[in-house]
Amino acid sequence: MAKYFIKRFVVAIITILIIATLTFVMMHSIPGGPFTREKALPEAQIQILEEKYHLDDPLIKQYGDYMAGLFRLDLGPSFVKIGVEVNELIALGIPPTAKIGLFALILIVILGIPFGIISALKQNKPIDYIVMFMATLGVTIPSFVVATLIIFVFAGGVPALNWLPTFGLTSPLGYIGPVLALAGYSLSFVTRLTRSSMLEVLRQDYIRTARANGIREYKVMAKHAIKNALIPVITYIGPMIAAIMTGSFVIEKIFHIPGIGGYFIESITNRDYTVIMGITVFYAAFYIIMVLLVDVAYALVDPRIKFTKGKS
Amino acid sequence: MGKILEVNNLHTSFFTHLGEVQAVRGSDFSMEEGDILGIVGESGSGKSVTALSVIGLIDEPGKIKEGDIIFDGKDLTELSYKELSDLRGNDISMIFQDPMTSLNPVFTIKNQMMEVIRRHTDMSKAEAKQHAIKMLEIVGIPEAEARISSYPHEFSGGMRQRVMIATALSCNPKLLIADEPSTALDVTIQAQILDLMLSLQKEIKTSIILITHDLGVIAEVCTSIIVMYGGMIMEKGTVDEIFYEASHPYTIGLHKSVPSMSRKSNERLVPIAGSPPDLLKPPAGCPFSPRCDHAMQICLELPAPMFDINKTHCSACWLLHEDAPKVEGIEKGEAKNG
Repeated sequence: MAKYFIKRFVVAIITILIIATLTFVMMHSIPGGPFTREKALPEAQIQILEEKYHLDDPLIKQYGDYMAGLFRLDLGPSFVKIGVEVNELIALGIPPTAKIGLFALILIVILGIPFGIISALKQNKPIDYIVMFMATLGVTIPSFVVATLIIFVFAGGVPALNWLPTFGLTSPLGYIGPVLALAGYSLSFVTRLTRSSMLEVLRQDYIRTARANGIREYKVMAKHAIKNALIPVITYIGPMIAAIMTGSFVIEKIFHIPGIGGYFIESITNRDYTVIMGITVFYAAFYIIMVLLVDVAYALVDPRIKFTKGKS
Repeated sequence: MGKILEVNNLHTSFFTHLGEVQAVRGSDFSMEEGDILGIVGESGSGKSVTALSVIGLIDEPGKIKEGDIIFDGKDLTELSYKELSDLRGNDISMIFQDPMTSLNPVFTIKNQMMEVIRRHTDMSKAEAKQHAIKMLEIVGIPEAEARISSYPHEFSGGMRQRVMIATALSCNPKLLIADEPSTALDVTIQAQILDLMLSLQKEIKTSIILITHDLGVIAEVCTSIIVMYGGMIMEKGTVDEIFYEASHPYTIGLHKSVPSMSRKSNERLVPIAGSPPDLLKPPAGCPFSPRCDHAMQICLELPAPMFDINKTHCSACWLLHEDAPKVEGIEKGEAKNG
């Protein structure tokens, strides 16, 4: 098992390096640079700036310098936000994004899985139809529409329902809108996935065996069915955690949340090279760690999965 | 010895979108304590549905429409699901065709066996574990004490079926229903599993219903046999009666379609022409009449009643009626209720 994780770790490092390289190449192939402005700066000033940030070096040297910095976990200074390190920027942007992400995640797990299970157990009954109707809506309506609707209905558009602030996270109520908008799609997807997986499991022979052995019905469900039904759900939830925790630029924009998504998009329009690189690498690393955690969780749920090709 | 099971006029149907599939249409049979009753028939003849009706595991949209199932003096059709589940695994157990999928893959054997034992007895965890190990030893699992902590995927098919049998017998059931227990296994393992069931049957005096479409298995193991076709019982009798004095054209057809060692190499098997009836619209008369060489007008119009040939042997064929023409190989009996 240790050997397996060392192998996975090495592969993860290589993956991050490849991602960093690709981002570097693509970033520099977009026309323009950090100091391109609508009102052009004087030639001399640009020269001084480029010299200061080593942008006048050959690309290959810039690449080497950046990678060296990456190994020291130093993502460099922002070119546009003067005097701000990219590390600081990420440390600043992550907390609000991650807080919303975490709440959304909790919502998805504690609502999505039970809803899916209830829906499967009451298949073709009114409650199943209601849950599936909501889940289908949730999957099909884009998050920005949900976000706009929440603001319109609950933040002033309908006077009787004026419960939420329109933007910001200053009051705890401010979290409700962005969390709902962010969770909507995944919540619906997890509900549907849990339902179909549960229905599949309920048809399996071992469920019939449990019943034929007189196991009480609630235990057939709570023990024999659910553990099996969760295997595909875990597969989905792992990468989803990474996506949810890194937030959504659109939702941060709509609710005016000072999260990392906003910085990321801003950095691309500004050609803020180090910020683009830094956030991309950060996202990639986070994603890879999440996928690794899912593989561990998998082995805990499903004993048929082994990390090494040993004898069984 | 008394009757352990009596099934009277059992009708089980599945109410699908297409209509009512009448899977079992009036089964009547009974078995004595200690009997090994074989139920043979081709796919869709109603043998599994009969067994699942007995144990109360007919899934939606299926339903027992009519009939009584008297087990040990109680009518099982009158019991609630909860009362039935107290009986299942305890007084009546069932093992299934495919051992590869019949055990829950995410729990250990120990977990699954102890759960059943503790469900039906007052044993402590330690006692239940000891009992489970003892059962595994009885069914011939080597190193049972170590293997009990394994997961199902760490066992072979034959081993898994042994685990299924050990679990099913762990609470000393009065009746064990085995639905094609050896069909999914290879031939040598099949023989081992059947031998095991036979020896256990003698040891713990369980009655067994053995469902199969393999006539060879039936001949080897059973004391009496029911032949089913199209949801109805065609013939009942002891092993010898069904094998050597078969009186129903369907049973005779089955025998002719089985390869035998004594047959000459260039001799062809005789298949039964045609295909089984559609149970959505079962034929009005005898279900076998469209495929029967000896079918008469009445066979197409009215299902045959059971004609008693002797005390243990009876057959649902109009040819046994006193007014029917004589056909070679079929002896006439007394009409029971015709």
